[in-house]
Amino acid sequence: MIALYHAPPIWLHRIPAGAKLLALAVATWTLFANQSLWLLGAALVFASANYALLGKAGARRLALLKPLIPLLVIVFVLQYMASDMHGALVSSGRLLAMLLLADLVTLSTGLQTMMDVLNRLLRPLSWLGLRHENIALAVALTIRLVPLVLESWRRCEEAWSARTQRRAGLQLIRPFIADVMRMSSQIAQALDARRANPQKGKPRERKS
Amino acid sequence: MSGASRHGALVRISLFAAIIAALGVLPKIDLPVAAGVPVTAQTLGVMLAGLILGPRHGALAVLLFLLIVALGMPFLAGGRGGLGVFFGPTGGFLFGWIAGAFLTGLMTHHGAPNFWRALLACIVGGISAIYVFGIPWLAIVSGMGFSKAAMASAIFLPGDILKALAAAFVASSMGRYPK
Repeated sequence: MIALYHAPPIWLHRIPAGAKLLALAVATWTLFANQSLWLLGAALVFASANYALLGKAGARRLALLKPLIPLLVIVFVLQYMASDMHGALVSSGRLLAMLLLADLVTLSTGLQTMMDVLNRLLRPLSWLGLRHENIALAVALTIRLVPLVLESWRRCEEAWSARTQRRAGLQLIRPFIADVMRMSSQIAQALDARRANPQKGKPRERKS
Repeated sequence: MSGASRHGALVRISLFAAIIAALGVLPKIDLPVAAGVPVTAQTLGVMLAGLILGPRHGALAVLLFLLIVALGMPFLAGGRGGLGVFFGPTGGFLFGWIAGAFLTGLMTHHGAPNFWRALLACIVGGISAIYVFGIPWLAIVSGMGFSKAAMASAIFLPGDILKALAAAFVASSMGRYPK
């Protein structure tokens, strides 16, 4: 599984994640507080320039936004009918700008770096009983489990096609869920064995 | 709920987050009701999370899934992910998923649901709750009025109804997974 973080690095990769997230928050607030087309244009130019710097990776990333085009067009048309060209451009352009800017943060920040920021943000909550190391564990576990879950689906599909010519559909979901849930008790036991008592205090084992 | 394992709940939640991710990667499942209508199965996973894990853990599974998407994994249908999806016009629908899983679970909390009860839960939780978040979000983010945002969102409705039928079908044939 490959995260959305992509080489080749550009200058944005060197900015600390916290600063990028803060800048994104400021940009969001500014764009929503203003109706200026100039400001919006500047944001769009800034975003596009960075996508251009990213080269092929940037282009691939932009291609993923295609499914959103119909909705942006609908927003534009409805807003044009309701107010005027200016309003239509601002509302649809703002959506596009926000999307692109937020995406740039993701593109230029590794998963682990994001996770570190999250841990820093969650640490103050630990006195509420929220265990941020459990969240980190759940994130890592889920990412690791996705290929296993996909393989389980393929197993179900194979078992189906070995028995019938008909195409598999919804009927597969039931054995699939059952198969996946069966994995859960094994994984839980493995975790129990490996992880020192997570409910009380700090883990006794080394942190890895 | 607790069972023998200290990590049981955490693993089930992670597994369901992984299932939702997998449903986004899988080639589109053909729904028997309307063959050929391309429907991504991801909100099906959201409804199933509530139906199978119950309200609290179901909602946590969806929350975990969204967190991982926000961190940058391309787990949304079509390989999308990252912070951008939460800033887009459809970001509200994603937050609605959390409430959707919760409500779907809440309405089928006791015993194995029959088809109609599961269908009702999926329509209230899996569709209505998601739209309750999605439509105002779209209205605010795009600056268009509430009713227009509702009109624009209607393009998702046919697919969502099919998915509710599918989730109800699956859930009623499976019952709740024993904890």
